[in-house]
Amino acid sequence: MVRRVFRFYYDGFRKMTWGRKLWGIILVKLFIMFAILRLFFFPDLLKRDFDSDEERADYVLEQITNP
Amino acid sequence: MLESIDMSLVDWSRGQFALTAMFHWIFVPLTLGLSFIVAFMHTIYVRTGDEEWKRITKFWMKLFGINFAIGVSTGIILEFEFGTNWSNYSWFVGDIFGAPLAIEGLFAFFMESTFIAIMFFGWNKVSKRFHLTASWLTAFGASLSAIWILVANAWMQHPVGTVFNPDMARNEMINFWDVIFSDMAVNKFLHTITSSFLLASVFVIGISAWFLLRKREVLFARRSTVVAAVFGVIAAIATIITGDTSAKIMAREQPMKFAAMEALYEGQTHAPLVAIGVMRTDTTKRLNPREEFIFKIEIPNALSYMVYLTPNGFIPGITDLVYGNEEQGFMPYEERIERGAVAIQTLKELKKAKERNDEATYSTLREKFNDPVWLDDYYKHFGYGYYKGREVKELIPNVKLSFYSFHVMVILGGHFLIFSIMALWLSLKNRWGNHKWLLWVALITMPMPWIASQAGWVLTELGRQPWVVYELMPTISAVTRLKPATVQLTFWIFLATFTVLFIAEIKIMVTQINKGPGGK
Repeated sequence: MVRRVFRFYYDGFRKMTWGRKLWGIILVKLFIMFAILRLFFFPDLLKRDFDSDEERADYVLEQITNP
Repeated sequence: MLESIDMSLVDWSRGQFALTAMFHWIFVPLTLGLSFIVAFMHTIYVRTGDEEWKRITKFWMKLFGINFAIGVSTGIILEFEFGTNWSNYSWFVGDIFGAPLAIEGLFAFFMESTFIAIMFFGWNKVSKRFHLTASWLTAFGASLSAIWILVANAWMQHPVGTVFNPDMARNEMINFWDVIFSDMAVNKFLHTITSSFLLASVFVIGISAWFLLRKREVLFARRSTVVAAVFGVIAAIATIITGDTSAKIMAREQPMKFAAMEALYEGQTHAPLVAIGVMRTDTTKRLNPREEFIFKIEIPNALSYMVYLTPNGFIPGITDLVYGNEEQGFMPYEERIERGAVAIQTLKELKKAKERNDEATYSTLREKFNDPVWLDDYYKHFGYGYYKGREVKELIPNVKLSFYSFHVMVILGGHFLIFSIMALWLSLKNRWGNHKWLLWVALITMPMPWIASQAGWVLTELGRQPWVVYELMPTISAVTRLKPATVQLTFWIFLATFTVLFIAEIKIMVTQINKGPGGK
């Protein structure tokens, strides 16, 4: 069963014509998104800067009550 | 409060989010609509065994695949922005966004990506019925993906099924079903899905018209048009019905947005609906500056009738909402600002009491957040508190933009209905394609559903300003205090990336369309 499923996908990808270009675009796009944008420009600030949910809550409370 | 916030940061952050969302929305409606049209064509092939239907299905499946591939994961950037640019907001909304998006990730995306592979690779590899099932499941999977993000958006427009936890500064879900089955969420989903079907129908009819104009693949083009026109007529009617329901819900839950989209300043019974209008900015009246019509065509009583099914229904205007209308039960914004400020102050004191371990004060204040009367009297106005010391007109959305986006959407919606009916009627009489000018109309109409769809979102999102979470969290409080230059940089990076992707989409699509259904 696993072999058949693997074969199905393997053949599908191997015989792709116009789809190859699309896969190329998808991979480049994902690389730009996750390896460049996410890593260098879009950190999850609350996750990065605080260790616990209590600290995060405290920070946000400070922000929304003392703008 | 918030006098110190750099408004250019807010504007750039909003601009960046709008750019990303609008770019993402170029692809989503076509994916949603085309997936069902492809599944329907595939069904006709399986039922008839006619090889021409196979060619037709494969061609539109190919265009669906291109659109899906270019568009896929552009929405993920929005989630990046929540965490970086809107961290206060993303924390405040808590599991309202987390739960639906997790379900989307685990269920809908998995379903979509599994069956999409079978749909594309399955020709002559799996049984015809299983292959067809995969096409339908891809279509349903795409719609399921849309449900969750629309539910989250509906909650932002009309927060229900949650309570605010003042210790954690987040909203916590207490009733999942209230969140996903709020009338706002259900109608938003239906309106979005049906308008996406309409968009895809116009797309298919437009491309088919191009083939007919070139006298290429005539049978393919005529058959595609029939299927798309059937979809188009049904979708156009459903879009109008769900749009009407949207307006009724908006009038009840977001009266300011409703008044802004009609540029109605003074409330009235027998309120007319402005069918067409041109505005200018007047700086001489109360609520200066305000928008006045220099030209308009009205339908008498229609606005009152649309909401209440009677011309006697009172529609509040912008001044009724800002300055209050006791007779109609609208509290003035100044009062709401005062009450909101009390709620913010209470939250602040609660935090301080907790920090200094003052149990007695903490318990008293904490109790307020469980008291339905206090919640209704004060917490309900929480977001207004941020406008203490600011100009009250900051609480009014952009009237011109709300008005024009609403009217562009409605006028184009009417055009799509007439256009789809004509396409269907002439197709059934085997006369579609006989009139060259109609084919040109079909070609020119092709990009219009995108304009209508984007205009709809502009009304939805700009019309509810200044709120991110309606009446609870304004945009100025939701934004992360970053340097505006950082946001500007990513804005331009996105613009460049999106432009390249968009050009790639158009180029690959045009190449494949040129090759036609017989091309490799």
